[in-house]
Amino acid sequence: MAHVLAVITSPDGALKKNQRELLTLGRGLGDVSVALIGDDAAATEAATYGAAVTYTAPAAVSALGGSARAAFVAEAVSRSGADVVLLENGVAAKELAASLGVKLNAGVVTDVVSLSTDGAATKSVLAGSYTTVARARTAVAVYTVKAHAVEPSEAPVEGRTEAIDLPESAYGAAARITSREAKPATGRPDLADARIVVAGGRGVDGDFGPVEELADLLGAAVGASRVATDNGWIGHDSQVGQTGVVVSPQLYISAGISGAIQQKAGMQTAQVIVAINTDEDAPVFEIADFGIVGDLFTVLPQASEEIRRRRG
Amino acid sequence: MKIVVLVKHVPDAQFERHLSGPGHTVDRSESILSELDEYALEAALQISEANGGEKGGNTVIALTMGADGASNSIKKSLQIGASEGYHLSDPALAGSDAAATSLALAAAIQRIAQDGPVDLVIGGMASTDGETSLVPAQLAERLGWAYVGHAKSLDVNGATVAASREVDGFAETLEASLPAVVSVTDQINEPRYPNFKGIIAAKRKKTHPLALGDLGLEAASVGAAGSLTVLEDAQERPARTQGTIITDEGDAGIKLVEFLAAEKLI
Repeated sequence: MAHVLAVITSPDGALKKNQRELLTLGRGLGDVSVALIGDDAAATEAATYGAAVTYTAPAAVSALGGSARAAFVAEAVSRSGADVVLLENGVAAKELAASLGVKLNAGVVTDVVSLSTDGAATKSVLAGSYTTVARARTAVAVYTVKAHAVEPSEAPVEGRTEAIDLPESAYGAAARITSREAKPATGRPDLADARIVVAGGRGVDGDFGPVEELADLLGAAVGASRVATDNGWIGHDSQVGQTGVVVSPQLYISAGISGAIQQKAGMQTAQVIVAINTDEDAPVFEIADFGIVGDLFTVLPQASEEIRRRRG
Repeated sequence: MKIVVLVKHVPDAQFERHLSGPGHTVDRSESILSELDEYALEAALQISEANGGEKGGNTVIALTMGADGASNSIKKSLQIGASEGYHLSDPALAGSDAAATSLALAAAIQRIAQDGPVDLVIGGMASTDGETSLVPAQLAERLGWAYVGHAKSLDVNGATVAASREVDGFAETLEASLPAVVSVTDQINEPRYPNFKGIIAAKRKKTHPLALGDLGLEAASVGAAGSLTVLEDAQERPARTQGTIITDEGDAGIKLVEFLAAEKLI
């Protein structure tokens, strides 16, 4: 049976949903311990999700880049005897995973959507056009796992914490984080994790109002094409696609997006695609399950109104 | 300053892309310089120009690893403004994963540094084929240099590089001592195009071929043999087919909600 080390970064001491998913996934593979960077209070919650031991990082690690974080995790791997390391799939987690792979001579597989007990990791590549199965062929395997790989469930254990101290020299030539500010919460789900995405493009012509209204009624995240973010109509965080956020929601509603190839690539792993565009020749209609040739400024508000009417 | 830019020859995303062969490797027949690497090259050229350009002793080197066709990515980089190119090519490199790629690139950079120290390595935020984002960070780790990823602005002054980035819901600023490895996003600049003067000038610029033997690397340490991960299976996703398309006759919003309800999506 595997020994799993889940790497969790929690500046505020609470676990995010995808971190609870990591622990739940890890429990399905074997014994789980946690390498925690951030507030030690998260250890209590980690034990609720089955972590018998939580290794806590020296405070200095929080303000350093991936290489220093990897030095801490490598020490936790050594103490726990872990042969599987699970991380989130964000930018910082991938940086840590990359450095850790070199430090431990371990294979790293990113963007994992499911992981079998024998270490076979499923992911999609080439903008969703292939589903592949990859595997690390090393003694320790490192995986970064996308949200929704499993449904989180509790399995409380009597957890203990173990502080790991490292000499300054262990951090190597890591970058220093000189300032960090959480972006203001929008109240909407994260684009990368959202079950529903409503996205706008060139056709919104600067006004994301109807897109946001429908998104809020559906509990959806708001996405955007590169044209919309380049024009400053909405923040770059909302950009969907190759250079933005890769999404694979249950439902993707595309409004005023023509669907040039990179945009199509960004949405094609959605289960259901709805497209609204005034141009009946827009390429997006080639992949839409339901397409409306029409003006988003009349169609979206009417849809929002209909949803409100049905909900009474 | 001596800046090395990592440029990758990747399948053009405008066309269908395929995995083939026993190792499920990417078919590279319709390949171009990765769009995301153009931002890295532009960032390097701007840093060089801000410090007096080539006359001021700055060099921007385009480094690629790949089969013969990858020389086109070097050529384009030279036309855009790089001073010289290095093309690492060897049959044994085929099928390299991020770990093997970073091992080979680290050796190439150490080789380049024999002719004068390298201050900075800049790459794109990801390749548009593998899309793992692992290589720049692994390269930094192998060189023992600091790594700053996903920069949307860069400020280089003598001994340090400062960067800002927006990742994972945080706006951050980072600082590292040189030499360092940096990756940049498409937010950092507007890449320039090669102009006529650049195309002519590129003909006089040098591309240095590199093979494994020049780097002191064994064939078994790279390529499929040296990779730490293996791709066991690849299934092409069935092409999406067109569903129902309607033209709005005043009730399309209501029909949309009916569709969502029928699909149990609301």
